[in-house]
Amino acid sequence: MADRTDARSRTAARLRHLLSTEGDAIHANASALNERRAATYAATDTLEDRRAEARAIKADAIDRLPDLLETVREAVEKNGGTVYLADDAADANRYVAEVVSDSTTGEPADDAAAEDTPSVVKSKSMTTEEIDLNDALEREGITVTETDLGEWVLQIAEESPSHIVGPAMHLSRAEIADLLTEAFDPDERFETPEALTRFARDHLGERIREADVGITGANFVVAETGTIALVTNEGNARKCAVTPDTHVAIAGVEKLVPSIGDLEPFVDLIAKSATGQSIAQYVTMLSPPTDSPTIDFDRPDEPIVAGSSDGAGVDPGQGAGETDRDFHLVLLDNGRMAMREDDQLRETLYCIRCGACSNSCANFQAVGGHGFGGETYSGGIATGWEAGVHGGESAAEFNDLCTGCSRCVEACPVKIDIPWINTVVRDRRNRDADPAAADFLVDGLTPDAEAGGLDLGKRFFGNVGTVARLASAAAPLSNWLAGTDPVRAVLERTLGIDGRRDLPTFQRETLVDWFEKRGGVDASKERATESRARRGGQAASRRRVDRTGRDGADPIDREAVLYPDVYTNYVDVERGKAAVRTLEALGVPVRVPDLPESGRAPLSQGMVATADRQASRLYAAVVEDLDAGRDLVVIEPSDLAAFHREYERLLPERSFERLRDGSDELCAYVDDLLENGADPAPLRTGSGDDPVTYHSHCQQRTLGLEAPTTALLERCGYDPQTTSVECCGMAGSFGYKREYYEVSVDVGSRLADEIGTAEPVVASGTSCGDQLETLLERPVPHPIELLAPDGYRRC
Amino acid sequence: MSVEPGTTFERFAANLEALEVSVTRAEPATFDSALREVTTEPTIGTRLPFESVSLPDWVDDEPTPATLEAATTGVTAASLGVADYGSVVLPGTPEGGEPVSLFQDLHVAVLRRSDLVGDMRTAIERLGPQLREGHSAIVATGPSATADMGALVKGAHGPKDVHVIVLEDGGEDGE
Repeated sequence: MADRTDARSRTAARLRHLLSTEGDAIHANASALNERRAATYAATDTLEDRRAEARAIKADAIDRLPDLLETVREAVEKNGGTVYLADDAADANRYVAEVVSDSTTGEPADDAAAEDTPSVVKSKSMTTEEIDLNDALEREGITVTETDLGEWVLQIAEESPSHIVGPAMHLSRAEIADLLTEAFDPDERFETPEALTRFARDHLGERIREADVGITGANFVVAETGTIALVTNEGNARKCAVTPDTHVAIAGVEKLVPSIGDLEPFVDLIAKSATGQSIAQYVTMLSPPTDSPTIDFDRPDEPIVAGSSDGAGVDPGQGAGETDRDFHLVLLDNGRMAMREDDQLRETLYCIRCGACSNSCANFQAVGGHGFGGETYSGGIATGWEAGVHGGESAAEFNDLCTGCSRCVEACPVKIDIPWINTVVRDRRNRDADPAAADFLVDGLTPDAEAGGLDLGKRFFGNVGTVARLASAAAPLSNWLAGTDPVRAVLERTLGIDGRRDLPTFQRETLVDWFEKRGGVDASKERATESRARRGGQAASRRRVDRTGRDGADPIDREAVLYPDVYTNYVDVERGKAAVRTLEALGVPVRVPDLPESGRAPLSQGMVATADRQASRLYAAVVEDLDAGRDLVVIEPSDLAAFHREYERLLPERSFERLRDGSDELCAYVDDLLENGADPAPLRTGSGDDPVTYHSHCQQRTLGLEAPTTALLERCGYDPQTTSVECCGMAGSFGYKREYYEVSVDVGSRLADEIGTAEPVVASGTSCGDQLETLLERPVPHPIELLAPDGYRRC
Repeated sequence: MSVEPGTTFERFAANLEALEVSVTRAEPATFDSALREVTTEPTIGTRLPFESVSLPDWVDDEPTPATLEAATTGVTAASLGVADYGSVVLPGTPEGGEPVSLFQDLHVAVLRRSDLVGDMRTAIERLGPQLREGHSAIVATGPSATADMGALVKGAHGPKDVHVIVLEDGGEDGE
C-alpha cells in the first residue's frame, strides 16, 4: 500500500511538472488542431461514408494480412526493391544498419572523411521511434539526421516526441529559438519562425545532399503495386526518398492496404483528421526504386541526366545521372501479428496515426504526450499500441488518464472504439497486479467480480453504488465522519482520494424512497392524468379539429421509467424529483423502481467482469417495462452512454438494441414530448430570451444529445449559451484521485474561466456539476431543475 | 462527389486561390510570355511531354546539381490536376521532374486543361496503371509548409510558392 501511495505522489508530481512546463504550448496547439478538425469534419458531407469505407478497408486488410505480405513482397521485388519482414526492433535495426553499411562500401574514396562516417537522413517516422532506430544506428557509427523540423528540434534538444504528428508541440516558439540559437550560434539570434525555417531548410538540405541513405516511414503501403504512400507537408520525405541513392522505408505491417484504389479515402481523411486540412501538401506515391535520377553533388556541373536537352530520353549509362537506385521496404511485426490475433487489441491496427484522439482529449491537451503517453506512442490510442508493442507496463503508466469520455470516438477517422481499448487494457493490468495486503479493507464494500490485487481506489470507485447505499443508510453520520480530517487522511492514503476534493453529501432519503412515500406509481398516474385533464380542457376544441376520428385521444400516450442512477438516487435527489415532477406535469406517469447499477462505475475502473454482470442484471430488471412499451428515461449521460455504447459489447445484440431503442436522455425525452404536442405552460418557462449557460457532458455530446437540451431550453423561452470548452475535467472518479486532482482542476479551470460570472449555469452530468460548483462557488443544477414546475432546490 | 457549383476548372481555380496558389491560363501561342511573367531567373526545367508547347530557350533544361541549388524557379509538367483539392500530380521522371519541382523556391507546374479531373478517385484510377508498372507520382497541393517552428510557415523543405499554368490545348476538362 505504501508503494501505491508513493506511486500516486510520484505521478501527481510528474503531471504537475508537465502542467507548468509544457501544458500551455500543448494546449494551444492541440486544441487549435482539434477545432480545425471539427470544423473540417462538419464541412465534409461525405465524412461518415468515408470513415466507414476507410474502416472497412482496414478491417479487410488486417484480416488478410498474411496474404498481403506475400503480395507486397512479389510486387516490390518485381519493381527491383527488397522486402524485409522484421520480427522485432532488434531485427529491424540490425537489417537497416547492414543496408547503410553496404550502401557506403565500395563508394569512390574521393572523400575519405565522408566514407568513414556513413550518414543517414530521416523523415518523421513514429515506427522508427518505436524501435529506437537512431540509437541503434549511432551505436554502429552511423550519423543520423532528422529532417522533419519538429523531429530535428527534438534531436537537438535530446527530447522525445510529445505528439505523434507534431512531435515538438510542447515547445514554444521562444524555446525553439533559444535552443537553435544556442546550438548553432548564428550571427543574429533567430527571432521569427520564418528565419528558423529558412536556416533549418538550408542546414538540413546540406545533410540530405551528403547522405548515403534516406530513411522514411510510410503512411500506407499498397500490396498490389508495392507502392508506399507518404503524406507530408514539409517536403522533407520527398527529399529523403529520392536524393540519396538508397531509400529505406520502415513501416508496421498494419500499414498494408490491398490495392491502389484503397488509398483514396485515406488520402482524404488523414489530413482532415490530423490537422483539419482538406488534404496534405504532398501525397507521395512511390513504387520504388523510382525513376528519378540520382544526384551526385560531388559532380556539381554535370547534368543530372545525360541527353535530356534533346528530349530523347535517358541513357542511364552516361553522365552523372544514374538510375541504379536501391530500395528496401522493412515491414515490422514487433507484436503486431499477435495484436491481430487479440480480439480486443486488433482494432488498434486500424489506426492511421493522425493524432486526432490526442487533440480531442482534454487531459492530453493539459499534459501532452510526455504525460499521456508510454515509451513511444501518446494519446488515447497509445494504450493499444503500447500494450501491443511494448507490453502492458508501458500502457499502465498513462492509461488512467483516459477517463472514457469518448470525445475521441467521433474524431477517429477509422472509428476505433478507443475508450473500450483503454477499458480492456486497464482491466488486464488490474488482473496482473499482485493481491494487496489491504484488500480486506474494501472486501466488504466490494461485491464485484474482480480478482484480488486490484488497486483499492479503483475497487472503491468501481463499487461506488454499494458505497453510496451504505453511506446513505448511515447519513448524516457518514457525511460527518467523511468530513473529518483523520478520515480524509485515511481515504487519501488507502484509496487515493485527494484530501482537497469535496466529498458528495449522501441523502438519508433516496429518490426511490421519496417516490414510494408520495404514493408510487399510482399517485404518479393520478398526477399525470390531472395534468392531461387540465390541458385537455384548454385545448379540447383545437384537438377535435386536428385529430379527426380520434376525439379526446391524447397525442402523448407514454409512460416513463426514470432510471435512479447512483448519484441521483443517493446524492442529488433533487434533480430526480425535478424530473418526476416535470414528466408528470407534461402528462406522463412515472415509475422509479429500485434498479441495478448501470456498470458505468466499474467500466471506468477497468472492471469489465463486474460491469458485464451489472449490465445483465440491469437488462433483466427493465426488460418487462420495455416490453410493456414504457420508456426508460435516464438523467445521467454517462449511464445512458453505457446503455447505448458499451452494452453492445456486454449484452446479446437483440438485448442491446432493445434497451438502446427503449431508452432516452431526460432532456431529449422532454423535448420530444413538447415537439409532439405537450404543453410547456406548467414548466418554469423563460420570457423568450432569458440567458442561461449550458454545459453539456462529453459522452452526451458523443451520442449527439447536446442539441436536444439546447432545443428544449429554447422551446421553453431561454437563450442557452453552450460552452466551447468541452470537458469539465472531473470525469466521475478521475478528479477525486490524488494523482490526477491537479490535472482535473487545470482542465476544469478553462471551463470555469469561459463561464466567468454568467448566471444561471446548468450542466447535464453529475461530475460536471460538482466540478463547476466547486470552481464557480455557486449552484450548478441540472437543466431539468431550471424547468421543473416548482423550480429547483425545492423539496 | 463534390457538391460545389461551377465547372471543373472553376472549382480547381477556386481551390488554388484558397491555397494562395496563383494560376494563369495560356494558349500555346502565349505560353512563353505567360511563363516569363511568373518566373524569376535563374529558371531550370524539365522537358514538357506535350505536343503543343515546349520549354523556351531561356529555361535551362539540363539541370545540374549546381543549378539545382542556384536556380530560383523550377518548371515541370503536371500529369493531372485534381479540381476538388487544387492539386497537381507530378510524376517522378528520369529527367528529374521530382527534384526540379522540389528544390526551388518557386515551382511552376504546367497542366493541360484536358488533364484536369474532378476528384481524387478519378485521379488515382488514372495513376493506377503507372504505379503498377513501378512509376511514382506526387499529389502536390500548394506550397510546402511547416508548423513546427511555432507558427505556420510556407516554404519548408520544398517550394515557398507554386504557380499553375493551365494550357488550353483545345481539349475539354478531363471528366
